[in-house]
Amino acid sequence: MGRYLLRRLLQLIPVFIGTTFFIFVLVWAVPGDPFAGKCGDRRCPDAYVDFMTDKYKLDQNIFVQYGSYMKNLLQGDFGETFGGRSINEIVVNAYPNTLKLALVALAVEALIGLTAGVLTGLKRNGFLDNLVLVSTLFLIALPTFVTGFVLQWLLGVKWGIAPVTVSSDVSFTELLVPGFVLGSTSMAYIARLARTSIAENRRGDYVRTAIAKGLPMRRVVGVHLLRNSMIPVITFLGTDLGALMGGSVVTEGIFNINGIGREVFRAIITKEGATVVSIVVILVLVYLLMNLLIDLLYAALDPRIRYE
Amino acid sequence: MRVSKRASAVALGAAVALVAAGCGSGDSGGDSPAKTDGAIVIDGSQPEVGLVPANTTETGGGAIIDYLWTGLVEYPNEQGANPKLAVAESIDTKDSKVYTIKIKKGTKFHDGTEVKAESFVKAWNWSAYSPNGAQNSSFFSDIQGFEDVQSVDPDDDGPKKAPEPKAKEMSGLKVVDDHTFEVTLGSPFSIFPTKLGYSAFYPMPDAFFTQGADAFGKKPIGNGPWKFVSWQDNVEIKLTRNDDYTAGDKGKIKDVTVKLYQDAGAAYNDLQAGNLDFQQQVPTSALAGAKYKTDLSDRYIDVPNAATALIAFPFYDKRFQNADLRRAVSLAVDRQSISDKIFSGSRKPADSWANPLTPGAKSGNCTSCSYNPEEAKALLAKAGGFQGEMVFYYNADASHKEWMEAVAQSVKNTLGIEARAEGVPTFAVFRQQINAKQMKGPYRAAWSQDYPDVENWIGPLYVTGGSSNDGSYSNPEVDRLYKEATSAPTVDAAHAKFAEAVTFVDKDTPSIPIYFYGQQSGFSDKIKKPELNVKGEIDLESVELK
Repeated sequence: MGRYLLRRLLQLIPVFIGTTFFIFVLVWAVPGDPFAGKCGDRRCPDAYVDFMTDKYKLDQNIFVQYGSYMKNLLQGDFGETFGGRSINEIVVNAYPNTLKLALVALAVEALIGLTAGVLTGLKRNGFLDNLVLVSTLFLIALPTFVTGFVLQWLLGVKWGIAPVTVSSDVSFTELLVPGFVLGSTSMAYIARLARTSIAENRRGDYVRTAIAKGLPMRRVVGVHLLRNSMIPVITFLGTDLGALMGGSVVTEGIFNINGIGREVFRAIITKEGATVVSIVVILVLVYLLMNLLIDLLYAALDPRIRYE
Repeated sequence: MRVSKRASAVALGAAVALVAAGCGSGDSGGDSPAKTDGAIVIDGSQPEVGLVPANTTETGGGAIIDYLWTGLVEYPNEQGANPKLAVAESIDTKDSKVYTIKIKKGTKFHDGTEVKAESFVKAWNWSAYSPNGAQNSSFFSDIQGFEDVQSVDPDDDGPKKAPEPKAKEMSGLKVVDDHTFEVTLGSPFSIFPTKLGYSAFYPMPDAFFTQGADAFGKKPIGNGPWKFVSWQDNVEIKLTRNDDYTAGDKGKIKDVTVKLYQDAGAAYNDLQAGNLDFQQQVPTSALAGAKYKTDLSDRYIDVPNAATALIAFPFYDKRFQNADLRRAVSLAVDRQSISDKIFSGSRKPADSWANPLTPGAKSGNCTSCSYNPEEAKALLAKAGGFQGEMVFYYNADASHKEWMEAVAQSVKNTLGIEARAEGVPTFAVFRQQINAKQMKGPYRAAWSQDYPDVENWIGPLYVTGGSSNDGSYSNPEVDRLYKEATSAPTVDAAHAKFAEAVTFVDKDTPSIPIYFYGQQSGFSDKIKKPELNVKGEIDLESVELK
């Protein structure tokens, strides 16, 4: 187990270097001079363009730029945006908000999605089953911004029972509606995934045995059935945290949350390689670590899985 | 109100018709004490760079800078009115070349230091000095000695660095005493006093030069009616009333929070829910069918803006060098339908070269701005037709697709030539192609005045080598009349010459004005109807709680 963990952690290093370089090159390849559009419908003074190009070393080749970026990164310095803001500060201020939002979304989808999935998986073809099937189909079909605008207008403007936009404190209660919006599509997937998984295992030999030997139904479902049906759901949930964080840009825009989505979007448009890489690097780490965590959870859920 | 209507009108100098603002009378009428405090929340967007006037060219930071600073002159809220003196006590000139500027005694920066002649001279020299890389440096190009503080990279993007400029300061700026300085221009420029209200000309405190632009831009110190309190990136910027302000009227409320939005829809919903007191521009979704008027009942302001959307021609492309062809294209655009169907009437069809809200501008002087299919076809035939496909370019990262396609369609149907609109992915790429003179067809442009004078609609756009004359249009007659206008002894004489220059522009049709921008703002029921300044920003001094 220890050696497995070590091996997995060592694998992170090449993945880390590869993704950062790849993203750096991609941003560098975005067409357009980042300073050409800064002065509106007027040509920017050459002195300004020269000054900025020189300040951010954009006249050097891509490998030198990447090298000096990585050198600073290893010293814990992400650099600064073209607007002169420290990227470290952006990361420190914006990341917790996006993480909070993603966690709320994850909690919402796990809670509602799982409950719906378990209930319908156990009792298929009933009214509830059909209701869940139709409503999840509806949610999957709706783009996030539609759910977002409708809920914001209904709950925030029309009925006034939820905040319209999120305040500067970004508290968990404020994030309930945005979290629901962000997690709604995944919630539908989880419900369906859990339903199928439960329904399939419900016919398993070990369940029949457990029932035959007279175990109470609560125990059959709670211990035997649920635990075995959880593996696909956990896999989905684990990778979804990264997806939620990376895909929060629309939700952040609708509810005016100061998160990483807007920074990445702005940075891509303005060709700020350092900002994009700095933010995405952390997302990459989230993905990698969550994957590792899921793999370890498999072993806990299913004793037949062992890591050497 | 930034500029009081109680102001006594005093004509000044030989050349300049400026009017003194009621300076620091301080009596805000019979306001009850309860109403002199209070706080409001207005919408804004995250400034792109630190809050330094010389570096800010976008509206997010520009609005904050306008609240924090007061310039030598300022522009009254009434569109089309002439500028008034603010920090300046007088601006005198005999020949429109040498200006003697006296400033009011005792006006202070927010850190308590006095605004002196040196605060202006040092700030302007800093901005013009090319190694400082200020975005607004070109505004100082009228001043004598500007070339000496600029140096250009000898091999553009190559490895060589630009050499140090010949001089550190412009020879045209001289401090006479603490409250007087003299500005000598390279050549006479009668509109110079009007230009002085632009943010690039704001004074800077000593702290700016000791702290450096980066540190200062995070905690700016101005000399205006509002003081900077705090700035939380992407969240909010807080301002408070400057109780020691003496250069004009003080605010009637105490605290202002500028909430930074990424999305106009979110701000609009906040406005409706009562969390926001003012939104400068309601979102496009609320403009459709004038929905905002029902949403907000009487709490909206719908006014035209001094900005025009144009389509410019690339003169470096031979196909567009025929004036008859350009006029034919202009006459083939059905501006009224575009205004009605695409903008729900929120933007008006353009019919003049300079925006009619600008002092010195005349409405209706664009003879090719009407929709006239017969004349258009006749002119196209006279020009010998058009070979190939006419492609209209726009930047696709903002909402220009609909109206640009409507223009292309209108040209196609009217003239019977192949025409379509094509998006360039981002504004940066779009500008890069324009700067490199690589446009292969007419392209979208917009002009929002830097300072309210018709000069700003001719000099940059239609004079040879103008800062925004990207299509390389050139007509010696226009250049000559422009030069005569800028060296005219009075503003009125200058305006007459500008009008003459416009008749030549009109004959040539170097670009085609499409629509005048409009502004639809909303406000909450907490405040009385506020006034807007010439830029369309809320005039914070006019805000009163109900």
